Amino acid sequence: MGYLGGFAVTLKKFGEAYFGGESGKVVTRQYRGGRGGSTDEKRPKPERAHGRHVLNRYEDGMEKCIGCELCAGVCPARCIYVRGADNDPENPSSPGERFGFVYEINYLRCIHCDLCAEACPTEAITESKLFEFSFTSREDAIYTKSELLVGEDGQPQKLSWEDWRPGDETNTSGWMRATSPSGDASFEGIIAWSEERGYGLRAPEGGQPLEAAQLEAERQAELDSAGSHSEDHGGHH
Amino acid sequence: MIFGIDPLLENIDGAAILIVLVKVVIAFAALMVSVMAMVWFERKIVARMQNRLGPNVAGPFGILQTLADGIKLFFKEDLIPDNADPFVFRLAPYLSLVPAFLVFMVIPLGGDFNNGKGGVVTWFGSTNETLFQLADPHIGILFVLAMSSIAVYGVMLAGWSSGSKYPLLGSVRATAQMVSYEAALGLSLLAVLLNSGSLSTNAIVAGQQAWNWNAWATGGVPFIVFMIAATAELNRPPFDLVEAEQELVGGFHTEYSSIRFALFFLAEFMNTITMSAVIVTLFLGGPAGPTGWAPEWLQGVLPTVYFFAKLLMFLFIFVWFRGTLPRLRYDQLMDLGWKVLIPLSLAWFLLLAAFKVGQDQNWNRFLVGGVGVVTIVFGAALVSGAASAARARRADQEVAS
Repeated sequence: MGYLGGFAVTLKKFGEAYFGGESGKVVTRQYRGGRGGSTDEKRPKPERAHGRHVLNRYEDGMEKCIGCELCAGVCPARCIYVRGADNDPENPSSPGERFGFVYEINYLRCIHCDLCAEACPTEAITESKLFEFSFTSREDAIYTKSELLVGEDGQPQKLSWEDWRPGDETNTSGWMRATSPSGDASFEGIIAWSEERGYGLRAPEGGQPLEAAQLEAERQAELDSAGSHSEDHGGHH
Repeated sequence: MIFGIDPLLENIDGAAILIVLVKVVIAFAALMVSVMAMVWFERKIVARMQNRLGPNVAGPFGILQTLADGIKLFFKEDLIPDNADPFVFRLAPYLSLVPAFLVFMVIPLGGDFNNGKGGVVTWFGSTNETLFQLADPHIGILFVLAMSSIAVYGVMLAGWSSGSKYPLLGSVRATAQMVSYEAALGLSLLAVLLNSGSLSTNAIVAGQQAWNWNAWATGGVPFIVFMIAATAELNRPPFDLVEAEQELVGGFHTEYSSIRFALFFLAEFMNTITMSAVIVTLFLGGPAGPTGWAPEWLQGVLPTVYFFAKLLMFLFIFVWFRGTLPRLRYDQLMDLGWKVLIPLSLAWFLLLAAFKVGQDQNWNRFLVGGVGVVTIVFGAALVSGAASAARARRADQEVAS
């Protein structure tokens, strides 16, 4: 090849780009930063990609958020603002005493670290895979509860400026199924999360080892025979 | 008389002035449009060589991308650094741009040069004969060299007046590079002038009819040397050390923004086009090409078509260089310029001159060639011997110290 061989390589690529051939294959994807709308060709997103948040509901339609502000406390970017309020006993928004009255996320500050989702004791806040944010004012960058909360049917809100693709709405709680609760590897493969409105009890992420699940089941059986019952972690009944 | 010899100037009337105006407009518009097209062409070709698509959104095949970029640049904020010398800072882009325009003036874009017609075309009635070029000064090629020297001032002053270190370093590099490669450029050009016996671009083209193009009439070496030196003169890859992004941010135009940056950008691509046009004129016969086969109405257009086809070929080659070759190191650049290109073009020039003298004196051409080659090899041995002796001495000194 040598110094001049490079000319043959580039000419070959150029020629095959127009007249067909393996080395001229274009690697560009037709993605225009969301401006192309439905013609934008998006890459499939990784299982654990973090995007715009959603606030989930229980199967009975109750909001999962209890207004505890742990998410706001753990947030390294200080982008979450929560104010809790007491539930109306006649017509509660969430099971339990309090609910998230105000819930705001400032997406000019959010770094999508998902610490809020890990801190949440009720799995109320999770992240979707939507990543296209564009604002024309600071006010627009602040998403409120009315935008974040899933609908009555449990489906995330498809806001008019967002580009939802078929299947995206099922990708809203990936982190839970990808990570073990409390970071313990022996919990991999064990369903340790509560059911969701519209989806029921979500299955664990594929490819996780089952041995850990069997070990955990044995441990539970030992505990049960010893007479102590583990708490139902869902805790809303 | 610098701007002489347009046949029009012998009897000036309204039509003559109109023709000159039309030529000015055509030259200006053709150059601006081809610069736009060139930017698009380069981005598209390089993208295809790198398995990408290139611009494809603005207009069909993305052809309006340059226009969109230009409009964007117009509306950007125009910054002048605090430490800059404001007058020189504003002047420098024009010093780059204007020479790029002026060089195009002396390039014959068409016209029939066959049978000693001298490229004369007739527009607006048969009484007004003119040349298909804006001006045909006697000093034609010297004018091209002079303008490319003035373009160095644009680069140098831009870097100096920015009051910032990267532009200064970039412009020092650029100046050294452009000045040293201008020597090789001039020496390889001398071979052409030896062949044509005139500095006028019109006469040079007229001397290359019937496939007697200078590229092979001068033995090929000046053509290749000129090609390489022109690439360096244009600061195009692989000789784009001037704006080596990894080392110098943007080089001499780091501090420029908005429309002033656009002017530099424009000048760079305009220089690429005019330099390609100069190469076509000097070495590939300008608008020359077979016209005998065509019907009468095509005869007038064909030379211009040939000219632009050749121009396009060189533009492609420049883009091909960019897509293929990695950037040279600074010492490699200087080595190539001073130790290879200048001696080579000088030796070739002397050899050609010897052949010319031999022709006049009726000497045996093989004897002339043999003696010439022996002399050149001897000289090359002396030069490389001197270089290696100097290198050895320097190495000794470094060890000693």
